[in-house]
Amino acid sequence: MFEWLHPAFVLILGALIVPLLAGRMRQAYLLLLPVVSLLTIHSMSHGTFGTFQLLDMSLTLGRVDALAMVFAYVFGIMLVIGSIYALHLEEALQHVAAFVYAGSALGVVFAGDLVTLYVFWEAMAFSSVLLIWCRREPESWAAGWRYILVHAAGGVILLAGIVLYYAETGSIVFDAIENVGPAFYLILVGFMINAAVPPLHAWLSDAYPEATVTGAIFLSALTTKTAVYTLIRGYAGTEMLVWFGAVMAIYGVVYAVLANDIRRLLAYHIISQVGYMVAGVGMGTILALNGAASHAFTHILYKGLLFMGAGAVIYMTGRSKLTDLGGIYRYMPITFVLYMIGGFSISAFPLFSGFVSKTMVVEAAAADGRGIIWLMLSFASAGTFLHTGLKLPYFTFLGQDSGLRPREAPANMLIAMGLAAFLCIFIGVYPDPLYAILPAPVDYHAYTVGHVLWELQLLLFTGVGFFVLLKHVGGERKISLDTDWVYRRAAPVVIRGVVAAFRPVQTVVSGRTLLHMERFISRVFEYHGPDSILARTWPTGTTVFWVVVILMLYLLFYYL
Amino acid sequence: MIAVHLPILQVVLPLIAAPLCVLFRARDLPWAIAAVATWTAFAISGLLLAQVYSVGVISYEIGDWAPPWGIEYRIDALNAFVLLVVSGVSAAVILFGRDSMLAEFGRSREYLFYTAYLLTFCGLLGVTITGDAFNLFVFLEISSLGTYVLIASGNNRRALLASYQYLILGTIGATFIVIGVGFLYAMTGTLNMVDLAGRVQAYGANTTIVVAFTFLVVGASLKLALFPLHLWLPAAYTYAPSMVSAFLAATATKVGLYVLVRFVFTIFGPEFSFVTLSLGLPLAILALVGMFVTSTVAIFQNDVKRMLAFSSVAQIGYMVLGISIHTMLGVAAGLMHLFNHALMKGALFCAVGCIVYRVGSSRLDAFAGAGRRMPWTMAAFCTGGISLIGLPLTAGFVGKWYLVLALIDRGWWPLAVLVVLSSMLAVIYIWRVVEVAYFRDPLPEAGPVEEAPLSLLLPTWALAFANIWFGIETSLNVNGAFAAAESILGGFGS
Repeated sequence: MFEWLHPAFVLILGALIVPLLAGRMRQAYLLLLPVVSLLTIHSMSHGTFGTFQLLDMSLTLGRVDALAMVFAYVFGIMLVIGSIYALHLEEALQHVAAFVYAGSALGVVFAGDLVTLYVFWEAMAFSSVLLIWCRREPESWAAGWRYILVHAAGGVILLAGIVLYYAETGSIVFDAIENVGPAFYLILVGFMINAAVPPLHAWLSDAYPEATVTGAIFLSALTTKTAVYTLIRGYAGTEMLVWFGAVMAIYGVVYAVLANDIRRLLAYHIISQVGYMVAGVGMGTILALNGAASHAFTHILYKGLLFMGAGAVIYMTGRSKLTDLGGIYRYMPITFVLYMIGGFSISAFPLFSGFVSKTMVVEAAAADGRGIIWLMLSFASAGTFLHTGLKLPYFTFLGQDSGLRPREAPANMLIAMGLAAFLCIFIGVYPDPLYAILPAPVDYHAYTVGHVLWELQLLLFTGVGFFVLLKHVGGERKISLDTDWVYRRAAPVVIRGVVAAFRPVQTVVSGRTLLHMERFISRVFEYHGPDSILARTWPTGTTVFWVVVILMLYLLFYYL
Repeated sequence: MIAVHLPILQVVLPLIAAPLCVLFRARDLPWAIAAVATWTAFAISGLLLAQVYSVGVISYEIGDWAPPWGIEYRIDALNAFVLLVVSGVSAAVILFGRDSMLAEFGRSREYLFYTAYLLTFCGLLGVTITGDAFNLFVFLEISSLGTYVLIASGNNRRALLASYQYLILGTIGATFIVIGVGFLYAMTGTLNMVDLAGRVQAYGANTTIVVAFTFLVVGASLKLALFPLHLWLPAAYTYAPSMVSAFLAATATKVGLYVLVRFVFTIFGPEFSFVTLSLGLPLAILALVGMFVTSTVAIFQNDVKRMLAFSSVAQIGYMVLGISIHTMLGVAAGLMHLFNHALMKGALFCAVGCIVYRVGSSRLDAFAGAGRRMPWTMAAFCTGGISLIGLPLTAGFVGKWYLVLALIDRGWWPLAVLVVLSSMLAVIYIWRVVEVAYFRDPLPEAGPVEEAPLSLLLPTWALAFANIWFGIETSLNVNGAFAAAESILGGFGS
């Protein structure tokens, strides 16, 4: 019927119909639309489609190649799973936002030029923030604002980069970005903000824990991974990304130690996992790029699974702090088991999906002769298992009984998690279908004795460490409660004290600035507010007087 | 051959239709007459534009009196373009008007309203089409008189005051124009524009000519609401009925801009206006200051119609800024924005009209919860808003893109930065409405509210869709504006 149908338009236009449907019809539609879009993705053949002329630029809506398809497939799969997970939601806005968000992510992936990319990039930011705001808590409202401010700033930087790039090269084709000075770095920073590369990462760990239970699934899957895609496409082999990536992998793990909110802990692990991909992009070898792409693929599935598990716990118990949870595996056994599959996958247990992709990136570092990077990535690996595979499940599902008696999660959530868990194991056991769709031919075997032994050693000793120290971990729980108390209760007091001590200085320095700011704003309001001189309706006589003044000014201007 | 008489039919049909409305007062008949007249005018302007593009300038001699003695209608790429904008948006707005006016104005004096509307419409088309300076003044008065009635028909009592103020200022503006034309006539003894152009440009910087120029520029600036001569506009747009706000925002100020461009470029000539009298400087300053001041004022408004009114003044700044560059790119950008702004403000005021129809108020509070209860209306509002902000793939982007290009091309890149910055202010004021509509719960006393009827939604969406259409398929607005710019920068030559 069509030569080519853009899945982004299928989703975005399809999303607009959601509010018009209700009840069973809507639920059926919510299942149908993602499946249709997945089929649309599947039916695409490689090539360039949807080229048109805007002003004097040639835009390409659809550049379909192997790299784009890897991401498109996993976005499509995750959208199906996420929609099943969110099926019980009655609020149309969230469904619309999720579909538009996913559609825009696909738009970015298939964009053949930077302008198209930019448009969908912004659409992603503005649709995704709705998934945070829809929680309708004061915290999520504030976090959403911080989120959108960061992304708006990132968007402006990206746009500035694109405009400069166009001015320098005369081309807006999106392929490997040539290093032409500032434009190169501006676009890179724009991409890095969305990839949550430290120090530009804070929006992620800030906002994702405040998102709605179902919205977090889409958030965890789309924004950072689209950024990874753009980095692979535009910045493969940029040396500094290797270091950014390796630091990122450790950074996320270390900060996860401080996290008490289960989804904040998972959010920090997104940063850590994306670190592997960014490092892979930086190395730029065929093995490393394949590793980055395949790790993005598996990561979306297992991270989605983890967020779904955490979301189910929050949905059923209403609590999200490690210190408030515990001992609920008896009441939510299926959720627990499915969560653990995600935990094993992210920890790269052999036979789980993380293993077949993460080892690829680590192996690429070794093959490239980057010893330090290899060590850093391995260290982060151990930390990942410690937190996501041990600490979080231990204190959430096992551990001391918190007295909570939740029921098992609703069926649609379990089905969605089951699907994701199945894929995690399937890819782990039988990685060939994944390897087959990677951008370059794969000459890599995950299940060599060396890989398996190395990984098992790593995990085993991490596990042993955890359980040996469990007493301390348990003991530290109190301390952790104490530290919790410190930064939640005492810190404000201390800070208030410090602020009071420095008040004289503050009054002089910042006080004056603030005063000026306040004065400026009140001045602006004074002249621009609804009843101000510039906004109110003037008496007719005064108006006429000013018309005459303007006329006189013109005449003077011409006579002088 | 009726095709030969299209230029006069363009004006005469609405003029004849106006008294018909008074004669046939039966239910809905006045509206039907107005709608048919508007759509016919739309069709005629489309034909005229096509004709201009294929055969060049059309000159029509009224009553076969040869110019410069008789009145000539002269249609080139510039006024054919403006005619299409005026009649096109009116065609959508008149469809919107039927139910909207019934709700806001009632049925009792409906026929008088549509009579006034048709006279205004006729006047605006006449100003645009005529090739005679005094004839232009006459049509300007016709349209102004009609406009006073249209504004006064708002159901808020302050509409009367707003209308009175516009009456005073509009009259001053028209008087300035007639004084200017009078001086020119005293100097040259002719009123035909082509004839005038040749004689005026021969005089150079003669005192009388300069004074005439000043009066014409200030008079036209009043009509097009250039900051700080915009003071009549906010109250007028706020208290007029929604349909009238949409109609005036999309047409009246645009015709004012046309008058300025016509006098400055084709009668006085760009050389005289911009080099001898350096008009570019005051225009650019006023446009820029206006963009920032009125956008900031718009941010603080609590009434959405008033907010959009101030935003209109800011947007007029973009058009005037483009013109003040007086290069091909700049003038084309200004005219493009004229086209695009008519579409976006048409869509936005119509969307507000839908809210007024259902909730009965255009205050910001009235929008609370509209995102859920009137999803189609708010989607149209957002489309218009996005176009106003100037995001890619909307008409608004195209105009701003060329404006920025023109400024950079002229070497005024700091101004290009200012243009982009001032767009940020538009983001803020549009966002205020979006936030209230989508994230605030409806007021408890508002009662149940449902989506606006199709008779309102379809025209609103036609305009909203046009914003997207002309952002992607840009041949009409971009090429049209370039053709228009080319025709006036080349003088009356072709």
